[in-house]
Amino acid sequence: MTDKKVSRVITGLLISGAALLSGCSGGVLDPKGQVGVDEKNLILIATGLMLLVVIPVIVMTLVFAWKYRASNSEAEYDPKWSHSGKIELVVWTIPIIIVVILGTITWATTHSLDPYQPLDHDSEPLQVEVVSLNWKWLFIYPEQNIATVNELVIPAHRQVAFKLTSESVMNSFFIPQLGSQIYTMAAMATRLHLIADEPGSYDGFSANYSGEGFSEMKFKTIAMADEQSFDDWVARVKEADAALTGSVYQQLTEPSEADPVAYYSSVKPGLFDDIVMKYMRHHGHTPLTDQGDMQPMPAMPAEHRHEMPAHDDAEFMHEAEE
Amino acid sequence: MSTSVMNHDAHGHEHHDSGSTTLFGFWLYLMTDCLLFASVFATYAVLFMNTAGGPSGHDIFELDYVLIETFALLFSSITYGFAMIGAQRGNQRATLLWLAVTFVLGAVFIGMEVNEFSHLIHEGFGPQRSAFLTAFFSLVGMHGLHVTAGLIWMAVLMLEVKKRGLKPRTVTRVGCLSLFWHFLDVVWICVFTVVYLMGAVS
Amino acid sequence: MFGKLTLDALPLHVPIVMGTLAVVAVLGLALVIAITKYGKWGYLWREWITSVDHKRLGVMYIILAQVMMLRGFADAIMMRTQLAVATNGAEGYLPPEHYDQIFTAHGVIMIIFMAMPFMIGLMNIVLPLQIGARDVAFPFLNNLSFWLAVAGALLVNISLAVGEFAKTGWVAYPPLSGINYSPGSGVDYYIWALQISGIGTTLTGVNFIATVLKMRAPGMKLMQMPIFTWACTWANILIVASFPILTGALAMLTLDRYLGFHFFTNDLGGNAMMYINLFWAWGHPEVYILVLPAFGIFSEVISTFSGKRLFGYTSMVVASGAISILGFIVWLHHFFTMGSSADVNAFFGVTTMIIAVPTGVKLFNWLFTMYKGRVQFKPPVLWTLGFMVTFTIGGMTGVLLSVPGADYVLHNSLFLIAHFHNTILGGAVFGYMAGFAYWFPKAMGYKLDEKWGKRAFWFWQIGFYVAFMPLYVLGFLGMTRRMNHTDNPDWNMWLYIACAGAFIIGLGVVSQLIQLYVSYRDREKNRDVTGDPWNGHTLEWSTMSPPQFYNFAKDPVVSDIDAFTDMKEKGTAYQRPEKYEPIHMPCNTGAGFIMGMLLTVFGFAFVWHIWWLVVITLLGTIATFIKRCYDTDVDYYVQPDEIENIENAHLAAVQSTLKA
Repeated sequence: MTDKKVSRVITGLLISGAALLSGCSGGVLDPKGQVGVDEKNLILIATGLMLLVVIPVIVMTLVFAWKYRASNSEAEYDPKWSHSGKIELVVWTIPIIIVVILGTITWATTHSLDPYQPLDHDSEPLQVEVVSLNWKWLFIYPEQNIATVNELVIPAHRQVAFKLTSESVMNSFFIPQLGSQIYTMAAMATRLHLIADEPGSYDGFSANYSGEGFSEMKFKTIAMADEQSFDDWVARVKEADAALTGSVYQQLTEPSEADPVAYYSSVKPGLFDDIVMKYMRHHGHTPLTDQGDMQPMPAMPAEHRHEMPAHDDAEFMHEAEE
Repeated sequence: MSTSVMNHDAHGHEHHDSGSTTLFGFWLYLMTDCLLFASVFATYAVLFMNTAGGPSGHDIFELDYVLIETFALLFSSITYGFAMIGAQRGNQRATLLWLAVTFVLGAVFIGMEVNEFSHLIHEGFGPQRSAFLTAFFSLVGMHGLHVTAGLIWMAVLMLEVKKRGLKPRTVTRVGCLSLFWHFLDVVWICVFTVVYLMGAVS
Repeated sequence: MFGKLTLDALPLHVPIVMGTLAVVAVLGLALVIAITKYGKWGYLWREWITSVDHKRLGVMYIILAQVMMLRGFADAIMMRTQLAVATNGAEGYLPPEHYDQIFTAHGVIMIIFMAMPFMIGLMNIVLPLQIGARDVAFPFLNNLSFWLAVAGALLVNISLAVGEFAKTGWVAYPPLSGINYSPGSGVDYYIWALQISGIGTTLTGVNFIATVLKMRAPGMKLMQMPIFTWACTWANILIVASFPILTGALAMLTLDRYLGFHFFTNDLGGNAMMYINLFWAWGHPEVYILVLPAFGIFSEVISTFSGKRLFGYTSMVVASGAISILGFIVWLHHFFTMGSSADVNAFFGVTTMIIAVPTGVKLFNWLFTMYKGRVQFKPPVLWTLGFMVTFTIGGMTGVLLSVPGADYVLHNSLFLIAHFHNTILGGAVFGYMAGFAYWFPKAMGYKLDEKWGKRAFWFWQIGFYVAFMPLYVLGFLGMTRRMNHTDNPDWNMWLYIACAGAFIIGLGVVSQLIQLYVSYRDREKNRDVTGDPWNGHTLEWSTMSPPQFYNFAKDPVVSDIDAFTDMKEKGTAYQRPEKYEPIHMPCNTGAGFIMGMLLTVFGFAFVWHIWWLVVITLLGTIATFIKRCYDTDVDYYVQPDEIENIENAHLAAVQSTLKA
């Protein structure tokens, strides 16, 4: 019985281990950018630290159960033994030590990996604005004045600063091999910084279920070898027939699934901010106006680190204390 | 379960549903209600700024009016206190009288609130107008629903007191409603402060 | 007349659903015919449906849980086979329209209508007995809670036949769950199923806290309560503190959907993030509500079957308390990727991993309970050992997910799915399985068949690893949750293995059904004559199996944590008192059942906007409640001669067994 258990645990570890080692197939453990590399290392370090407790606990479980099995009359039997200050001290201390170490690492890495912070990289960030639509991705390059659907092209070795929002429901923008994901939500802009350190094609998709067409809500991220090839690609997009005007965008907002890649040679100025402001202008206190006559608030920046969650937190802690 | 003999209020040493347990259980329920209010309060705090071009609290609150409402409810708590004293002394008439006064004050409060709501909706400032109004109507309305439930309960309880007199079970119920009524008063003070006062000032 | 309800709401064009409905109809009809044939309707009504006896309610809760487990498990099998078939761009056999309902239903059913009733059922059967009480504080309320849970379960199942279930995932985040993006009846079914059963759960929490604080046997101090009772008490405190938040969040979503309010809408200033916060302010404590009682069960099982006192009782109680309190300040870890500041994310990450400390302490305490003991490998112990290994792994992956930097790449992936099945299945459900085997003789009067119990365990345990370890791998490979089909060839192998695992678990489920049959068939052979089949430590084992309906003829007097062991050692167990006193008992009542059924119709009418029916059923519910309150015929006294007969029979059975 116990043998079976041991072998099962070993099998489980082997399976996980095999995945850790394989790494060849894309995914979180096969990162191609600094953010992803840091996160992979964090996962490995944290797992390693925890295994220091986890493995002994599993081994002890099996050993104790076997040693003190009812049929083993040679083992000591002390039915009233139920307290030991020393053992209690140890069993409280060991997890505390691990958690203190892990907590320190967590505090540091949460700040260093904050998706809102620009990366520690001397390249000038490429600006990309991301809009999640039902069920496709729109990428706007404000500096190049072009846009694409379901294909993200970036130069390798240069950090990309994403500003993200949603036209409708919540999605999560995620390219596993490059690292962090972030939610896209209507009425606000979130931010994310990523970099590709190797040229290549990486899978991207929505990591938050968003309805019927969700499974096909994916895109290829193509990291160009150098700036020159990126510029060439931009020039090619500029030759596209379609331009992303207001009405073209309206068509895009119609639900559709598995849309082919599309290029737009130009973009309506301020489109991203308009999308954000469509709902954000309802946030915050606006002066009383006639109904139906709701002008966007010019003073309100479209991009802000939305304070809402932090705000909520304060409310909730309040509540939890009550 | 065969042999069964009716219980004739011979509460000796037995376990379930004795008065103090009922009161304690009801108090626990009130704590869950308190948390329900807390979540709606939290939501109100998050949404009250989002007027979406519609009115803010400053534009629509009439403090004088709400103050009268508030006093009706506060006084009803005092009168309920008298009803409770009457019940504990076994004075059926006093209990009924003070419960009736409380009922009237509660009804005044609800009537005024309904009037305020219908006014706002009439002016086009219904809960569908903005997140602020959604949260306002829901928080105040939820309190109003509780008061309404309290009024129904009070009516039923007055019938029970009248028909059956002040038996221990009935006194326990008067005590539960007392807890409920005072609780709603406390919640209203929070509503008045957070929604009306702070809203009208800002 | 019928609101939005038309014939189109019937799934006539979906063969899978129609087939299921046909099977359910046939089985239901067979059941009705059988009950009629054996003339059992009156018995069912008098002894079960209207029962306020906590033990009977407990049994009914567990039946509800097991029926719903079959439904939820069927959903799981369908999902895993769909994903194993729909690879390389193939569509599979479940289109998103249907598949999305299945994963939502699977989550809702397994959490709300399988795990919760299972936990509450065990608590109902055991907790009053453990504290030496004759019943819970509010027996009628207990019956009402049960029927509210049934009402919710009925609504979920009705949605299969009439209309649809939510296609939003079990969390039903707006704006997706709002009226604009989910105009159908699915989310409304979801709302009313959760709302009605959730209110029942809140009442259960109130009821059991009052029971524990007001009705303990004479002499039993709080720090002498059995460990399972303690664990349940913490869970009940969590219920009382968290379920109102769910009630609030669902009420707001209801107002958004039905009356065009703007709590969580995109436009006019609504804030969907508020729902997500409220949902998890309930949702995270909810997982501790599920797992803490399971921890209590493991403590009882490991101590009983090691023939030893529980190691570190005080530590255990404190640790559960710490988990409960910390459980309220970690909810934000469900959405680290929402863009909160690094300080906020780090704070919630660290509070989350702090929970690993009291949890780790518990694991060590179970280890040291076995230490210097005599461990018998009966099925409850197997589940416990399986749990200790599995849950340790689940805990580790949980702590990993609590590191925001790691969560940024693992959030919403299959790694997360593997993690929470590792803890909820390998933690909570394994616990209920252990508790089921452990207390089955107490509730039913005979032991479960051990051979099939062990088979079930091994199928479950092996199946669990085969089904869920691949999901960890898939998470690392970048597969996200709630996908309907995939086209990454690297994932295929793992999806096939996971599917095979689900079928191995299926063998476990079949073994459990066989086990129930075999145990019933051989019930005379396995009868528990004394009421104490495992040489138990706590008061429930001092009663008959199944216990006398009044539980205890005389209030037991408690002076030790292991109260019954203490009595057996001092020779005060099984003593005949000089004379029996009349026992005051509550009468059965049909009010809870009637209210539950009225509220089922109320929820259904609300889903379909049949307003006249909403009004009638609501008024009917209120009237039933008021009538019940006016009822004076609510209790009776059991007379000493009846008690004496029952007690004599028990004591005689005990004496003859002890002699033999």
